[in-house]
Amino acid sequence: MLNSEEYTLSYDGTFDGFLTCVFHSYEQKMSNVTFQRNQHVQQSLFGSTIEIITDLEKADRVWKGIKSKTSARGSLRVYTAFLSEQAQIEALLLNYIQQAFISVLPMDFDFANETVLKVSQIAKSVGREKHRMEAFVRFKLTTDGIYFANIEPDFDVLPLISKHFKSRYADQKWIIYDLKRNYGLYYDLKRVEMMQLALPDDYDPTKTKTDFFTNSEIEFQTLWQDYFESTNIASRKNMKLHVQHVPKRYWKYLSEKLR
Amino acid sequence: MTQISNSPKSIFMSFERIQEKLKILADAAKYDVSCASSGSKRSNINKGLGDATGMGICHSYTEDGRCVSLLKILLTNYCIFDCAYCVTRKSNDIKRAAFQVQEVVDLTINFYRRNYIEGLFLSSGIFKSADYTMERLVAVAKKLRLEENFNGYIHLKSIPGASDELMKEAGLYADRLSVNIEIPTKEGLKLLAPEKNREDFIKPMLKVKNEIIQYQSEKKIIKSTPTFAPAGQSTQMIIGASGESDQQIMWTSNYFYKKFNLKRVYYSGYIPISHDPRLPQIGTDVPMLRENRLYQTDWLMRFYGFEVHEILNNEHQNLDLDVDPKLGWALRNMAHFPVDVNKADKFMLARIPGLGMKSVHKILQARQFRNLNWDHLKLMGVALNRAKYFLVCDSRDFERRDLTGPQLKSIILQNTTSKYQNILSPQLNLFG
Repeated sequence: MLNSEEYTLSYDGTFDGFLTCVFHSYEQKMSNVTFQRNQHVQQSLFGSTIEIITDLEKADRVWKGIKSKTSARGSLRVYTAFLSEQAQIEALLLNYIQQAFISVLPMDFDFANETVLKVSQIAKSVGREKHRMEAFVRFKLTTDGIYFANIEPDFDVLPLISKHFKSRYADQKWIIYDLKRNYGLYYDLKRVEMMQLALPDDYDPTKTKTDFFTNSEIEFQTLWQDYFESTNIASRKNMKLHVQHVPKRYWKYLSEKLR
Repeated sequence: MTQISNSPKSIFMSFERIQEKLKILADAAKYDVSCASSGSKRSNINKGLGDATGMGICHSYTEDGRCVSLLKILLTNYCIFDCAYCVTRKSNDIKRAAFQVQEVVDLTINFYRRNYIEGLFLSSGIFKSADYTMERLVAVAKKLRLEENFNGYIHLKSIPGASDELMKEAGLYADRLSVNIEIPTKEGLKLLAPEKNREDFIKPMLKVKNEIIQYQSEKKIIKSTPTFAPAGQSTQMIIGASGESDQQIMWTSNYFYKKFNLKRVYYSGYIPISHDPRLPQIGTDVPMLRENRLYQTDWLMRFYGFEVHEILNNEHQNLDLDVDPKLGWALRNMAHFPVDVNKADKFMLARIPGLGMKSVHKILQARQFRNLNWDHLKLMGVALNRAKYFLVCDSRDFERRDLTGPQLKSIILQNTTSKYQNILSPQLNLFG
């Protein structure tokens, strides 16, 4: 019998943690679930809050289940949408997973289904942000010989871009640091690892000071800015299109826009 | 390559000189509109630098809204030819410069390492001879691949008249090769570039095409066959410099797509750069709307299953400016409509005005689950403002009037605003 009591599942905010919650909701036949990330735990007035401890084995079972009921694109869509960090994205995804489990055809192509549509739209915005970061990351060479970039993406896309940068910049050490979420990826010529930095107090992410960066760094930024200006055709100027492609919120770390 | 060091000295012999060269030679290369960095299959080998397997990336956009994907430069803007439409023509009084091979290599590698670019697009003015120039272009690509282990994207210009041997070598290092035919008609070419003839453009194109075919057949037998121009060939035509019709442009384009298996033909609205009386005068508007209509037609040919003669023929030699070419075709062929979105095949769905291929695929997938009605189509993001006159779905609501093409055209134009409104009716600007 379905358990219609209200439950709040509190978890650690990771994807595996979320999948563990899904596992519990099925195990306990819960039909009325809201989610809470541990960092903002609030005692709910009604119903009960259950703290879910992330369990990789349970998470893996749920993930395998999702994969068996959707196409590769469909399961990636669940993960991508999760990284949007939107409020109550978990409830929407739980609903998506529940429908996928009972659907006869792989549900990911049912574009006239509202849940499928919502999830795929959210996944699409996250995917767009991923693609933008692959384009807009600007590495600067530090005096330690590491290519360093800071970003502030709208969504938590670092896990999605790791592979791209690893296979592209295989012969240079690099760090891509998310200032908003205060963590980064570090590639040490062997593997990519998550890391946290204590940035110096006087570090200005929009500037390139020679305390941290090489002299040649400033030269290449200058050449890049020159190139950017020279390649423009003034008689075709179209700022509306320009801003549509390069929204202003990204400008502060784009070296070509910092002149 | 020049090693990066922490010493205050520049890695270049003279930074100011490099800076000046880059400004001159990027400025001269910007009229080539090709920017694609996709379609290659080159992956990172032996932990080298770069990878060109994925889709292309536009790393930035200029203020004119064009994508910046490659470091697009000329090796030199010295040129022995005097083509009227070209900014680097011999008789033009401009600053000239030339890069050394190593300088281009250093710029490419260092821009790439900072994630500014997907790779290099290298073209050149023709100095001394075609082969002498082509040899230098090949030398840059060879050095990048063999000495720097660079696996990013390289687009080289095929210099008209270059030898078969050099073209073969170019294809071993480049991802894409292109030769710009520039003027769509033979007569136009004779008028504007009397020193050139079409055979010189076609010769390297033909060689590359044959080498690609040979590569593909050898690859099936010997897996280790070195790749040859994996992203294929492209070309470019200048629009509006020689009084040609849209039919002439698109039929030429179709000929090159079919005959040389081109990946892309680019259309570049002529930007007046000369007082030559044979050409539109300085100050004349760039034909941007016409350029856009030509690209739309190109897409219809490549992705939507249209034959060029369906859109442009002796009765319709030029595209309508006020409606897009697919809508134009539909208005002339009302007998094919309305199309039932729950039954029609992909070919007919793709012909409904306002429906892009993404919507077509969504419809094909979604209708396996249920019959689609207007609400479903709207939910899926299908643009119905034009499409609604040309389709029926699972609803009793549909356009019942038996409208003729011209009647429908005026209804649609009244109910939509084009982003090109200013170009179409400039008088509106007075009150805007």
